[in-house]
Amino acid sequence: MKLRLSALTPQIALLPTWLIVVFAYVGTVIWSIRISFSSSRMLPEGDFVGLKSYERLFSTQRWVVSVENVAIFGVIFIVGALVLGFFLAVMLDQRIKAESLFRTIFLYPYAMSFVVTGLAWQWILNPSLGLQQMMHNFGWTSFTFDWLARGDRAIYLVAFAGIWQASGLVMAILLAGLRGIDEDLWKAAKIDGIPTWRVYLHIVIPLLGGMFATALVLLAAAVVKVYDLVVAMTGGGPGISTEVPAKFVIDYLFDRQNIALATSASTVMFLAVLFVLGPILYRQYIHNNGRAA
Amino acid sequence: MEPSVVVRDLHIRFGALDVIRNMNLEIAEGEFLVLLGPSGCGKSTLLNAIAGLITVTGGQVIIKGKNVTWEEPKDRGIAMVFQSYALYPQMTARGNLSFGLKMAGVPKAEIAKRVARASEILQIEALLDRKPSALSGGQRQRVAIGRALVRDVDVFLFDEPLSNLDAKLRSELRVEIKRLHQNLGNTMIYVTHDQIEALTLADRIAIMKGGEIQQLAAPKTVFHRPANLFVAGFIGSPAMNFIPGAVEESENGKVFRFAGNTVPLGAYEGSHRLTTCPDAILGVRPEHVTIHADAADGIAAMVELDEPMGSESLVWLKLADKPFTVKTTAEHGLHNGQPVKLVFDIHRASLFDKASGVRL
Amino acid sequence: MSDIVDVKLAVVGGLPPRTDAPWGPKPGRITPARIGVYAFLVVASLFFLMPFYVMLITSLKPMSEIRLGNLMSLPEVATIQPWIDAWAHACTGVDCNGVQVGLFNSLRILVPSVILSIALGAINGYALSFWRPRGSNLIFAILLLGAFIPYQVYLYPLVRMLSVVGLYNRLPGIVAVHTIFGLPIMTLLFRNYYASLPIDLFKAARVDGGSFWTIFFYLILPMSGPILVVATILQVTGIWNDFLFGLIFAGRENLPMTVLLNNVVNTTTGVREYNVNMAATILTALVPLLVYFVSGRWFVRGIASGAVKG
Repeated sequence: MKLRLSALTPQIALLPTWLIVVFAYVGTVIWSIRISFSSSRMLPEGDFVGLKSYERLFSTQRWVVSVENVAIFGVIFIVGALVLGFFLAVMLDQRIKAESLFRTIFLYPYAMSFVVTGLAWQWILNPSLGLQQMMHNFGWTSFTFDWLARGDRAIYLVAFAGIWQASGLVMAILLAGLRGIDEDLWKAAKIDGIPTWRVYLHIVIPLLGGMFATALVLLAAAVVKVYDLVVAMTGGGPGISTEVPAKFVIDYLFDRQNIALATSASTVMFLAVLFVLGPILYRQYIHNNGRAA
Repeated sequence: MEPSVVVRDLHIRFGALDVIRNMNLEIAEGEFLVLLGPSGCGKSTLLNAIAGLITVTGGQVIIKGKNVTWEEPKDRGIAMVFQSYALYPQMTARGNLSFGLKMAGVPKAEIAKRVARASEILQIEALLDRKPSALSGGQRQRVAIGRALVRDVDVFLFDEPLSNLDAKLRSELRVEIKRLHQNLGNTMIYVTHDQIEALTLADRIAIMKGGEIQQLAAPKTVFHRPANLFVAGFIGSPAMNFIPGAVEESENGKVFRFAGNTVPLGAYEGSHRLTTCPDAILGVRPEHVTIHADAADGIAAMVELDEPMGSESLVWLKLADKPFTVKTTAEHGLHNGQPVKLVFDIHRASLFDKASGVRL
Repeated sequence: MSDIVDVKLAVVGGLPPRTDAPWGPKPGRITPARIGVYAFLVVASLFFLMPFYVMLITSLKPMSEIRLGNLMSLPEVATIQPWIDAWAHACTGVDCNGVQVGLFNSLRILVPSVILSIALGAINGYALSFWRPRGSNLIFAILLLGAFIPYQVYLYPLVRMLSVVGLYNRLPGIVAVHTIFGLPIMTLLFRNYYASLPIDLFKAARVDGGSFWTIFFYLILPMSGPILVVATILQVTGIWNDFLFGLIFAGRENLPMTVLLNNVVNTTTGVREYNVNMAATILTALVPLLVYFVSGRWFVRGIASGAVKG
């Protein structure tokens, strides 16, 4: 009996985690999906109305705008952060004096909250007292930069603030990758007389594939979750021009009291992530990682 | 004839650490020089300095009569092979061989010719369209040597090229490198910590320690007449036996006395130049001792342990309360605890001054 | 005897004199490429530092100066009044107690959340990498996927569940939420770290008769120093910077600093006091920034070890 009990200890130790997994992860998702098929408004209803709330969702202007925005934000944010982060990492890899000072400067925004980032840029880009006014004061009175007040441009600024916050992360990941490259490879290339930029292009970038994938996964996860940056920087405005899906769900859950619509939106987000990130995650983490024992 | 590579007053310092101390070295045209030493002795640093991969603190590097101290590696007329192979991972073997030439603007036809020649010499024609990840360790190193060959240069540098291979492949590729040197006749500088590689490949071995060359000589000289205690202990496996004692004068000429034993030194190499020395060390290789079960003359010892190694056997004895090894035939018929007499081949023994470690 | 004589040194002839240049290190030349690298780094640094600089100088200016619109210029008359206001008097709707309340709320949320999530993560990582009981892979896969799925999917049912057990809008509730959603990254972190320890060590301990808990407490935990530091850094910054959970689960009495800050800044009533807002923003960023500057390389290691497959 004693023997059997001790054999179960690992399972018992994992019990809290099992409970969390079953209730907080799997259970909530199933429940959410279930609600999305009901006619619930303020309180959950037990009925079943099929895809009604999904039909309503995609005919809701605010949701369509949200999806468009997250796509624009995602592309600009990911490409921007990857490119800037890569150049920062490469430049820091050139045996720079005060490397750690530069690294500290590039990464500090990542330590702060998206709320802080959003508020800081909201102030700087403020059309009446920020950058634009400063240029006017310098005598450049024709300078206009009022994108934050323009419905068709504000989302680009949100992406820009995101890049400011997250490039350091890409830089840190890629720099670690660059430092992991076999030094002999650089020596061989030097003896072959290959110009540095060509070494990066033909040899280093292909070698950093895994690091780029890691950065991509982290950035992509941030895109789907983007909420606090928008809330702090624009509040979704002007109008609904910078709304994003994550904010749509929260607003409809807690302010607008339409939980069927909100959960159908969150289900769409869930499926999108499952199909896009699922395979990458599987390759990155699960596949082929049984420890050699 | 002009030397192929000259290292002159070379000094390399990393921070407060002197890695190479005022080194002078001349390597003849077509010579195979091995830099041998324990890790941290500066041998790889020296090779990298010759290649131009690290900045020297002082001194000059001259290759083929041209002072290349400030030249870029690609302009020094050298090629290099690395321990980790350092193949460009995303390119095929052919791509690895031709990439550098392409960058240097060599015409396509010429590249194809050189790649064909190198791959024929190394027998890697069948591997040319594979990527490094699809090659075995031995094949990778062949491709890496091929990448050095196509550069068509006079000086080849090898940085522990066989250290990542298993024992069998290592001995195969060792022979191959030796054959390559015979056929091409290029100057080769080869860094290793493996004394077998050094002894089999080298025309001359430079044994290094603490950034200085301890002895620079042909393999046989290094083995039979080590210049100092460090070289004597470093070269040879099993290691040389060291017996502390004194070189003294007797009626029959110089003798070596230790723990009540007297060994006549008449047969010692250059014994006529020998002076007395109260604190000396006699070095005898296990190969240069014979064991006699019932001889009258010789030094008394006792068998403690037998290590059979196939055709040969390493016998551990106790001599003057210290362990002593002798290499002998496997059929020696000795048993543990047996008292025996040892006879040293003094002609092939070495004597060192204990304080300075220098050969007497 | 000839076989043991040195190979002759090659004769030196026609070589340049010994101390002629080139000799020693190549004289440092400043190449255009080198200048370009530093120029890029300096410009990039200015870009990254600019917002903080603007926040800082804005927070030290009186409103009269701010209204002139000289965003980047140093204050003519520096004042710390905005900081005092931000700390103690800034308003969120009708409450005018500054962000100080949020600081203490954040700390009350932070400490138990960090401890609980790390403890669970360490036990998970240990069990999953050494003991691998049935279902290990499943639990790990769900946690991993769970980490990347938008939190919006979990929120409503979780609110209901916490209401049922009476924890919604209460401190234990928000702590539970942080523990639940910190679990994936903590498990991944510890699992990867433990997977890098030699398994033979664990086998030796088992042969010596160690049980699940004795091996954990006497062998594994004492070897976990570095990863505990990394985990603490990750969780402290992560939980401090949280906005969403605090907004939904903490309740009016326990709103963390980030939520309070947003309420202060984006409140629609009254005149906007940009200097007070910026002071409050910096105050909110202070704790994670402090952690970041003190921890240095550890912070980077946290990013890397959490993100990279072990």
